[in-house]
Amino acid sequence: MADVTASDSALRRFLHGLPGVDAVGLQARTATLGTRSIKTTAKAYAIDLAISMIDLTTLEGADTPGKVRALCAKGISPDPTDRTTPQVAAICVYGDMVATAKEALTGSGIHVAAVATAFPSGRASLPVKLADTRDAVAAGADEIDMVIDRGAFLSGRYLEVFEEIRRVKEACVREDGSGTAAHLKVIFETGELQTYDNVRRASWLAMLAGADFIKTSTGKVAVNATPPVTLVLLEAVRDFRAAVGVQVGVKPAGGIRTSKDAIKYLVMVNETLGDDWLSPEWFRFGASSLLNDLLMQRQKLSTGRYSGPDYVTVD
Amino acid sequence: MSERLSVLKTYKLFVGGKFPRSESGRVYEVTDAKGKWLANAPLASRKDARDAVVAARKAFGGWSGATAYNRGQILYRVAEMLEGRRGQFVAEVAEAEGLSKSKAGLQVDTAIDRWVWYAGWSDKVAQIAGAANPVAGPYFNLSTPEPTGVVAVLAPQESSFLGLVSVIAPAIVTGNTAVVVAGERAPLPALSLGEVLATSDLPGGVVNVLSGRTAEIAAPLASHQDVNAIDLAGADPELATELERAAAENLKRVLRPQPVDWTAAPDTARLLTFLETKTVWHPTGA
Amino acid sequence: MPVFEYAPAPESRAVVDIAPSYGLFIDGEFAGAGDGKVFKTLSPSSEEVLSEVAQAGAEDVDRAVKAARKAFGTWSALPGSERAKYLFRIARIIQERSRELAVLESLDNGKPIRESRDADLPLVAAHFFYYAGWADKLAYAVRGRSALNGTSGADPRPLGVAGQVIPWNFPLLMLAWKIAPALATGNTVVLKPAETTPLSALFFADICRQAGLPKGVVNIVTGDGSTGAELVGHPGIDKVAFTGSTEVGKAIARTVAGTRKKVTLELGGKAANIVFDDAPVDQAVEGIIGGIFFNQGHVCCAGSRLLVQESVQDELLDALKRRMGTLRVGDPLDKNTDIGAINSAEQLARIRSLADAGEAEGAERWAPACELPSSGYWFAPTLFTGVTQAHRIAREEIFGPVLSVLTFRTPEEAVAKANNTPYGLSAGIWTEKGSRILWMANKLRAGVVWSNTFNKFDPASPFGGYKESGYGREGGRHGLEAYLDV
Repeated sequence: MADVTASDSALRRFLHGLPGVDAVGLQARTATLGTRSIKTTAKAYAIDLAISMIDLTTLEGADTPGKVRALCAKGISPDPTDRTTPQVAAICVYGDMVATAKEALTGSGIHVAAVATAFPSGRASLPVKLADTRDAVAAGADEIDMVIDRGAFLSGRYLEVFEEIRRVKEACVREDGSGTAAHLKVIFETGELQTYDNVRRASWLAMLAGADFIKTSTGKVAVNATPPVTLVLLEAVRDFRAAVGVQVGVKPAGGIRTSKDAIKYLVMVNETLGDDWLSPEWFRFGASSLLNDLLMQRQKLSTGRYSGPDYVTVD
Repeated sequence: MSERLSVLKTYKLFVGGKFPRSESGRVYEVTDAKGKWLANAPLASRKDARDAVVAARKAFGGWSGATAYNRGQILYRVAEMLEGRRGQFVAEVAEAEGLSKSKAGLQVDTAIDRWVWYAGWSDKVAQIAGAANPVAGPYFNLSTPEPTGVVAVLAPQESSFLGLVSVIAPAIVTGNTAVVVAGERAPLPALSLGEVLATSDLPGGVVNVLSGRTAEIAAPLASHQDVNAIDLAGADPELATELERAAAENLKRVLRPQPVDWTAAPDTARLLTFLETKTVWHPTGA
Repeated sequence: MPVFEYAPAPESRAVVDIAPSYGLFIDGEFAGAGDGKVFKTLSPSSEEVLSEVAQAGAEDVDRAVKAARKAFGTWSALPGSERAKYLFRIARIIQERSRELAVLESLDNGKPIRESRDADLPLVAAHFFYYAGWADKLAYAVRGRSALNGTSGADPRPLGVAGQVIPWNFPLLMLAWKIAPALATGNTVVLKPAETTPLSALFFADICRQAGLPKGVVNIVTGDGSTGAELVGHPGIDKVAFTGSTEVGKAIARTVAGTRKKVTLELGGKAANIVFDDAPVDQAVEGIIGGIFFNQGHVCCAGSRLLVQESVQDELLDALKRRMGTLRVGDPLDKNTDIGAINSAEQLARIRSLADAGEAEGAERWAPACELPSSGYWFAPTLFTGVTQAHRIAREEIFGPVLSVLTFRTPEEAVAKANNTPYGLSAGIWTEKGSRILWMANKLRAGVVWSNTFNKFDPASPFGGYKESGYGREGGRHGLEAYLDV
């Protein structure tokens, strides 16, 4: 696959040679999968799996160390009334909150994910983006959620986007001499790429450049993760593993607020990718309010009563 | 024992799915055929007209983009909801037009059936107004009708309900949205129709109903650059000419007033007036 | 065992109340057959007897035709707008009772509840809704024809009594396709549902009651092929509408020869689903799957022949097999079932024999690992590769979940192979190239051509075949002409 990234024109030829996506057919497929009825034991399994896949997120200008610590506590013990509740996969914050989060999560095994590269717009020079990344990695981030330059992508400068991802990936290497690196999630902001063909091309571009995860959205624009867009990502990681032998994770983010939605995504993963991706190692939800809905559903399953917002914590 | 005092209804405009009073704060007295006071109706202003056009434009994308089947179901739902409030409309029409209960009943029944008639057109109009055109060359060529956009509708003055329905339904069934100026002297059935439309799954803004002086409200609508067509049914000849002239500024499609027997079965003329024909060419070749 | 195992999610059977026995619905009343004969209807997924149904004989059919004839005068004289309102009522009642009818359909037919709920029933209601709208617009529907007849402006005339015989694959939907246009145009009907799936038609009789439909306008006679033959041959009917096998269709064409009966036939098919190397591959795979496995392949327009361009054959087949592995076969009432039961023991035997012939003739058979229930009639989704035009499985309609894969090299070859069949009902084309889609569509001898989709139905869209797939069209404006004297 190295030759396809040898030049801008080779990369363009490759990306434009990927099979097209028929939008109507894609949407029809996700709609059909959305009718799957997940009940009783399957629902209990799916809810716990979904909780364990959450990148519990706070990305506000108003974030404070207090807010981040509260979120970390919630991630460790999502439902204080039920200790069997799984903990979340990661806490996702801005780079300057990494140290706070890292400290609050000590010993929990929960990762700290930091958004970087001039999140959410990506409008900064490469040196700034690399510095942003290194800063978060140095502060202890386990995972970096970078954004691609949608401007470059939409104007067809694919190699530039490719190089940027590659350089950020290099910047994820820890400078502590351990030889380890933070995991790189690459955000496409699919709401701005608009077409499913673009989403498929962006997926392959990012995977070729070394993405560990591909992620739909920042949560900061009007259209965030949708089932059809996520299905395109799932198909891409499936085909990429078949072609290259490398498994890449998927993270839909933004707009997933209910258990019902989350379960629909898990059904898509199950029926598109199967067992290999059904773990927090390979699939994540970027979400905040989703967690409480999952907890209320979980309480409903265990008590038989519908729960209410007063019975879950607000952090 | 004294007779119970009834609760009177405050009649309001219907704009964007909501029921505002006129921004002008004005009302005018509406009486029955014998001059007895019935209600104070909002006297809508130029600004109400402007707001109604904004609401209609906002609704156009969703309504014209809905499937024809969906639009048909909603128009049929209007008929269902009207049937349930038949008594109210019979009373209002009888008062408004000085008709007996039975004559008013016929007007209302015909109006309900008219919604049903137009409901059926939603997914059929393309089948009579569209065509596959056999062009001389290796091309697929298909013409389909599309809604023109926002239609200003001056409801007929002489038929407060049947005439009103007969001009609204054909405009909206194909996907247009409408700003309707109710008949000036008898606006109450039109304002009450808004209450039915609001509970018939019709998206807010598809139909907007204004009451007041027809000439005053019609002028800004006829000259409005974001209105695509105007039905002059409710304008007298002099006003109609003036409005048609104003409508020329952005080449609105104009339906001139003509004598119509509203009780007679309509043809497709009104339906087809507010449509554009779009023709698509596509090569055919292996 | 998979990590994410779906727990059973059965739709409740309690929403439908099936009586232990049903009579014939003639002139607004239920009554047993004159000779008292009955037959049992089974649930094909469990072989459980659902009910006992009257077997109509010649006298019963005659009674039904007479009732329809008697009702015809008043019904056809009603203003179209009044007939329209009856049909709108029926459409609405079907929408209201759709879950009950979906469960009933899945019980009697064996199809998955997901399909009866999300495809059959919405289409049934939509069909009545659509034709309701035509009832008072007939002059517009056939304007050109009327003008030629010198009757411009007048409503075209109905034919009279329609004898309608429908199949078991979409019992209620085929009923809707037959009854809605017939009633809209002012005809009255005698309808015979299939022997293995009579129940939804009998429930429809109850919907007619709720809608207040005048008695005799719709009559339902249940029975086997002999009942159908009585109906088709009855001198008192003016119109025959049949959906079913080409063999029976030909027999009907012979029966009506020399009469004034107007006939429409919607018969078998062996559709080619043609996939080019530039197809949107993931959606093509879904289209192939839906094309052949929808309704267990009991679909006359099923994409039973996959014609794949040689350059993408391996890639496509890999994807197809992977996808077939995720199909869920089993209890039709489980909301997660993709493939339900084969409709009857007889049909299962036919599928088995043709599949065996495929193997015997040298094609390679493949099916995903798939556990089938122990009672009822089942057949795993099956794929044959290495199929040629000469194989029986490429020529004969299997009417089951069996896909025959053939290859082609050029568009010309694809067209030649697709058309190389006595059938001509439908075809599919998968390519991102628009001009090729339209070129192919021109060349294909098939009544319906789907591009980058498959098995799409809509009441506004005409449906019907070329060649031995039948004649006449159902659906759309064209569907009215079969019921009008034009």
